Amino acid sequence: MSRLDAYLTGLAVNGLISTSCQLDASLHFDLTFAEVEAAILGLGLCPARYQRNRQTIPCAGQLALLRSTVAVIGCGGLGGYVIEELARLGVGRIDAVDPDVFEEHNLNRQLLATLANLGEHKVTAAARRVCDITPAVALVPHRTAFSAENGRELLLGATVVVDALDNIPARFQLAAVCRELGIPLVHGAIAGWYGQVATQHAGQDISPFLCGPGVGAKGVETNLGNPSFTPAVVASLQVAEACKVILSLGDAARGRMLVLNLLEMEFEEISL
Amino acid sequence: MQVTVKLFASFRTGRTPIEVCDYPAGTTVADLVSERGIPVTELGIMLINCRHVHLDRELADGDIVAIFPLLGGG
Repeated sequence: MSRLDAYLTGLAVNGLISTSCQLDASLHFDLTFAEVEAAILGLGLCPARYQRNRQTIPCAGQLALLRSTVAVIGCGGLGGYVIEELARLGVGRIDAVDPDVFEEHNLNRQLLATLANLGEHKVTAAARRVCDITPAVALVPHRTAFSAENGRELLLGATVVVDALDNIPARFQLAAVCRELGIPLVHGAIAGWYGQVATQHAGQDISPFLCGPGVGAKGVETNLGNPSFTPAVVASLQVAEACKVILSLGDAARGRMLVLNLLEMEFEEISL
Repeated sequence: MQVTVKLFASFRTGRTPIEVCDYPAGTTVADLVSERGIPVTELGIMLINCRHVHLDRELADGDIVAIFPLLGGG
C-alpha cells in the first residue's frame, strides 16, 4: 500500500473521507484535489460529499464519472442546469462552449444568470460556479460558438456530449460531428411548457427528428418563450442520460425520443 | 377514408387535440396541416402510425397521424 493509500485509509470514517481531509492530503502529498479523489475512490472509499450517491452510484462508478469528460454545448437555460448537475455528480472535466454574455432576459430561467453577473460571459460564470461546488471538477471554458469548423477540436476527448444549443442549424452540425467522432450525444430542446430529449448513440442518426419541413433556425419557442421549470426538467433528464451513458447503466433513450408536455403533464415516446 | 389526427403541445391551442376525420383519396399530410392553419415553419416531427413521414405523404384509410411542433430552444 502506498503512503497516500495508508494515509487515506487511516482517515476514513465509515468509509468516508471528509473534504477537509481530502484537502489536507492534496497539500501533504502535493497532489491535486482531483488526484486525491481518484485515489480515495480507487481504494473503495468515498469522498464524504458523495455519501448520498453511494446507493445509486458505487465507488467504481463515481471513479468512472471522475475520469470522464462531458462537453456541454450551450450554457444558457439547459446548459446552466446541466453544468450544475454534472459538477455535483462528480464528472471530472466539463468543456463548456458558449460565446454569449448574460443579459437581463436570461434571469427568468438560466441558473447561472444573476444580477451581479449581467454582462459577464456565461462560460466564465460557469467556471466560477463549478469552483464554488468542488475543486475536483475542472470546467474548461470555451468562449466561442460551436460550428462545423471548430466542432471536432471542441469535442475531441469527450466521453459524451450534451446538446444545450438554442438553434436548429447548430444542432444539426453538432449531431453530425458527434456521429463522425462516434461520441454519444444527449439532445434536449425546449419551448414554453414543452420539451424533448433523445440520445444519439454511436452509429445512430437522430437528426431527422431535430427539424421540420421548414428552413428556419428556431422553433415555436420564438412565440412561446421559456419559463424557469422547463429547462430544469429537460436538463435533468439529459444529465440522467449522460450519467447512464458514462456508466453503461440502465436503459438510455436508445432509438426513441421523449416528448414532454408539462402543461397537460403528458409524456410521449417517439420511435426514432 | 377515415384518418385519426392527433395534435401535440402548442398545436392543441385553439384546435381539436384528437379527431377522426373523413378525407378523399389523395389527401396528404400537407393538406391536414394547411386545413388546421398550422404554419409550416412551426412544424416539427410528423408521424403516421408511429413512423416519421414528410408533408407530401398520402394518407391511407385507418392511418393515425401525429403532428408535433418544432422545439428549438435551449
